[in-house]
Amino acid sequence: MNVPAPRPFRVSTGARVGFLLLALYAFYAASQLDFTWDRFITGLDNGARFIGRMFPPNFSNWELLIKGLVESLQIAVLASLGGILISLPVSLLASRNLMPSWATWPARALIAVCRSLHPVIVAIFFVKAVGFGALAGILALVVASIGFIGKLFTEAIEEISLKQVEAVRATGASFANVILFGVLPQVFSRFVGFATYQTDSNLRSSTMVGIVGAGGIGGTLFAAFQRFDYDFVCAILLSIIALIMVGEMLANLIRAVFVEGLGFGSRDGKRPAPAVPSAAKEFD
Amino acid sequence: MNAVPREWHRYTSGQRLARFTFYFFIVAAVVASARTVEIIPEFLYDAPEQMKDLLTRMWPPEFRYYPDGIHDALIETIHIASLGTLLSIFIALPFGLLAARNLTPSPTLNYLAKLVLVSSRSVNSLVWALLFVGIFGPGALAGTLAIAFRSVGFVGKLVGEALEETPRGPIEALEAAGASTGQRVWYGYWPQIRPAFWSIVLLRWDINVRESAVLGLVGAGGIGMAMQAAIDLFQWERVAMILLSIFIIVIVAEIAVTALRKRIL
Repeated sequence: MNVPAPRPFRVSTGARVGFLLLALYAFYAASQLDFTWDRFITGLDNGARFIGRMFPPNFSNWELLIKGLVESLQIAVLASLGGILISLPVSLLASRNLMPSWATWPARALIAVCRSLHPVIVAIFFVKAVGFGALAGILALVVASIGFIGKLFTEAIEEISLKQVEAVRATGASFANVILFGVLPQVFSRFVGFATYQTDSNLRSSTMVGIVGAGGIGGTLFAAFQRFDYDFVCAILLSIIALIMVGEMLANLIRAVFVEGLGFGSRDGKRPAPAVPSAAKEFD
Repeated sequence: MNAVPREWHRYTSGQRLARFTFYFFIVAAVVASARTVEIIPEFLYDAPEQMKDLLTRMWPPEFRYYPDGIHDALIETIHIASLGTLLSIFIALPFGLLAARNLTPSPTLNYLAKLVLVSSRSVNSLVWALLFVGIFGPGALAGTLAIAFRSVGFVGKLVGEALEETPRGPIEALEAAGASTGQRVWYGYWPQIRPAFWSIVLLRWDINVRESAVLGLVGAGGIGMAMQAAIDLFQWERVAMILLSIFIIVIVAEIAVTALRKRIL
């Protein structure tokens, strides 16, 4: 019997069928959504005019721009603070290795509800409850932060080694001391990673909640759009991108200092970085 | 010989100084924000009442509205999310390949690709949607493109990082055998990043289902448009029903992604 060996790296039949189905779905969905070539071409014409009107960006209204950006920053800072402060106890309550199930279930449900609502939807509710302005944005992003870092904190706490916790407990430490000296030191660097990630993400979202009236640069942006002030829109977008890039650099620096042990002076004191918080890396 | 220090410190003084500098700046930022942020306290007093009012108006959700108002919009939302994700893969892959330092040995190209990816991520999908509504007019096309352009940064960045983390061994073996760049990518890099790639795409699809549900607020199609209409008309029972549908679809998407990830990885 001479069975030919399968060619290496052959694409399997299952994968082929999968790709075919995916392609078919794409065509079906595109036809359902009424995408036509004509529309696309007309759009490109519009797009050229649109971009023509966006450039050069118009920074003459810079006072409004700065005011919006500062408000976005305030929203991001306060929402991150609130989110982190609330997430800490909630995630301690939610970790199955420390708490009995009557405590973990409600905490987990809270995190799940916060996670599944989009910040903009939450912002609509808070605008209704506390009126237009920065406070609604802060509260909406606090909810979003609890949903996101609460989950990551919980997972980090559930992965700790219980030996150190037992050792601390064996010395007769109180519950608070077990948490402070047995649990937190093991998760601190990962917490810092998640917290900086969330601050970064809140900064991005804080530029958006303004679209529904919850303060920040988003409101200015939306108003400029509706007045067809496209050169001001371009100026706002460029400033948002710049702000977020600076934020990302700062976040990297914070991670370098707190996670990798970067300090002033000698660099050789740098200790090996602990496992990179993979979950935080997964989300951009 | 250095004297053994009397006291043991976990961090060098330079490290501690760096940490305290950051603590200081964080506290300063919080204090400055809290002092200057504009909050109108009068609005706060009746917040509980307003909330109660809203919730009583939302109860009970109008279930009858689902077949004629919500179902089609919900399907449209899922189409927007899926098509946007598919489209973003095609745009993101070239930039991901260019951003990987081991694959593209040109710092200028790496930098340019990363700049494109960061810009894509910095602009929120709602803002992208505003732009595309301006260009293509209201509708699902604008939403799909917004989802695609926002996802490019996410998929491209993570694919670039996955490429940079691939072990050199198989690549060097292919190089030694005289493989071209295309062959190296297809036989050396791709099999190594495949699991990571699919999990990135699935994760992004999951996020996109959530995001496409709100794109309609700026006119970019999907269930958000139904929600905007209901909010504008103060039909809060319908809003409640729409929120319930979004909630369910988000959970279904998450369950589907978890199941698919288990099968693929």
